Amino acid sequence: MWGKRCFVNNETMIKRSLFSSRTLPYLLILPQIVVTLAFFYWPAAQGLMQSVMRSDPFGQHSTFIWFSNFTALFTDPLYLKSIGITLFFSMSVATVSISLGLFIATMANRALKAKAVVRTMLIWPYAVAPAISGILWLFLLHPSYGVIALGIKRWFGVDWNPVLRGSDAMFMIIMASAWKQISYNFVFFIAGLQAIPKSLIEAAAIDGASPFRRFWTITVPLLSPTLFFVTVMNIIYSFFETFGVVHMMTQGGPGGATNILVYKVYQDGFIGLNMGGSAAQSIVLMTLIVAVTLFQFKYVEKKVQYAG
Amino acid sequence: MVEKTPILDTLTYIFLITGIIIVGFPVIYAIIAATLPIEDVSRVPMPLIPGDQFWVNIKRAWVEGNLGTNLLNSFIMASGITIGKISVSLLGAFSIVYFDYRFRTLVFVSVFCTLMLPVEVRILPTYEMAANLMGPFQKLWTVLNLDGVVTWIAGHDIVVTLEWSILDSYTGLILPLVASATCTFLFRQFFLTIPEELCEAAKMDGASAMTFFKKILLPLSKTNIAALVVIEFVYGWNQYLWPLLITTNPKMMTAVIGLQHLIPAADDLPYWNVALAGSLLVMLPPILVVLFMQRWFVKGLVDPDK
Repeated sequence: MWGKRCFVNNETMIKRSLFSSRTLPYLLILPQIVVTLAFFYWPAAQGLMQSVMRSDPFGQHSTFIWFSNFTALFTDPLYLKSIGITLFFSMSVATVSISLGLFIATMANRALKAKAVVRTMLIWPYAVAPAISGILWLFLLHPSYGVIALGIKRWFGVDWNPVLRGSDAMFMIIMASAWKQISYNFVFFIAGLQAIPKSLIEAAAIDGASPFRRFWTITVPLLSPTLFFVTVMNIIYSFFETFGVVHMMTQGGPGGATNILVYKVYQDGFIGLNMGGSAAQSIVLMTLIVAVTLFQFKYVEKKVQYAG
Repeated sequence: MVEKTPILDTLTYIFLITGIIIVGFPVIYAIIAATLPIEDVSRVPMPLIPGDQFWVNIKRAWVEGNLGTNLLNSFIMASGITIGKISVSLLGAFSIVYFDYRFRTLVFVSVFCTLMLPVEVRILPTYEMAANLMGPFQKLWTVLNLDGVVTWIAGHDIVVTLEWSILDSYTGLILPLVASATCTFLFRQFFLTIPEELCEAAKMDGASAMTFFKKILLPLSKTNIAALVVIEFVYGWNQYLWPLLITTNPKMMTAVIGLQHLIPAADDLPYWNVALAGSLLVMLPPILVVLFMQRWFVKGLVDPDK
């Protein structure tokens, strides 16, 4: 969620004026170390072990099988399908929620007088659980009772049925996931917009640049660090936090059409009791997220200019 | 606005109001639905004039969704995570920034590595850990063949099982989610911006490390703590996967998970009014927290190091 500027102060990693004590610093850091070891490093190590083992569902016997779990994973058409679904899903969620968030933030930034009121009226969906967003949209898009479903059927002549048709179900989880994320993006964009120096905009206006031109040639480039950060956060959100949306709305169905990666880990591990396969999937996800994090730090810290 | 553009200004406000309505629509619609009797809510399209069944629906959702217990559980879980995370990371960040010791860099890097690893990617092994916190010691015991040693000492067969499960408990709901590096980093960043002179002055006045922490660092961190309270409370309240995994006892269920039982199945009567009334009730506490503490929350979310 944050961590955006973690390494900015690389040169001042520690204070010059320090306290000295032999035991106190260890005591202070102890709780953090204990929970991190118990709930990060040990489970991660266990996951790594399981991913190269095959064990029976009761965990009594396990045999070492090298990378068979991974080979099985990447040759499994269902897993490959799930990767494709997840990519499509997260791109759609990011596109919808970022463009709406940016659009509303741009408008709100122009409305000088009502900024505080507007922010209050847009910020609250941040607090809605993804799963509850799922319930709200399940009702709106319900094939028999949903009002938006009715609109779709009437105006587009589509035989809307997310229970039977995969593409409809996918649309449903995209809407529920993107809706909740608009306010998160809005908060970041409005902060980014406010950080852009007014003098730049004024100078461009004096030179005769129209509001639209100013938006594309000044606002968007100066907003690029925010845009980049928000994109990464949205992708992480749609990869992992949308579990609740899927579980409430579709349970991965119909026919696996909404079986995104994080849901598949849960299904294979807890419902299917395939420990090795699920562990291998966890490792893949972990690698992915570590890569995204490192990429973000490298890129955001070094390549993108901060405004103001 | 830089120049006067009346048309664009009008458009701005029109778009803005449209945007607010679009964002608010799912909830506004749910509020209306929650006031209607079942005959109205199952009409297509549903009437848009609120009915008078709101309290009836809320009561029904309260009973059927077991919301009394569930809301209390959610509240304990969210508060526990908030308090736990903030205290653990305040102390940790203090240790990393204000002391120099041998393993400082190692500690820092190992905590940093966990920065963005959500519980969702390591569910199975974390679940196993929660099912038996003594697991690592049990493994060690087996590897060292201590059963054999004990048997040899005692003279007859003894098998030692170390077990401590935190499934279906508040500890289990809270503790694994307290393990997070994000807050520690936030406080670290903030502590690094505090002027050196403060610490020097405190030391000159003879303050101990903990006095400095209590009397100077904590009061200065008030705004950051307030922001994190909002962020972590919402995070804790909205948890889904973890409570779903580790609670099987209905008495330990959290409110968001419990809502699942209110959603009408395909062959049930479509009690959407009840399901939506329950959903509104469950989403209310975190929304109130965000709205009332908006100022700090926005600052903490957007501006982590100031």
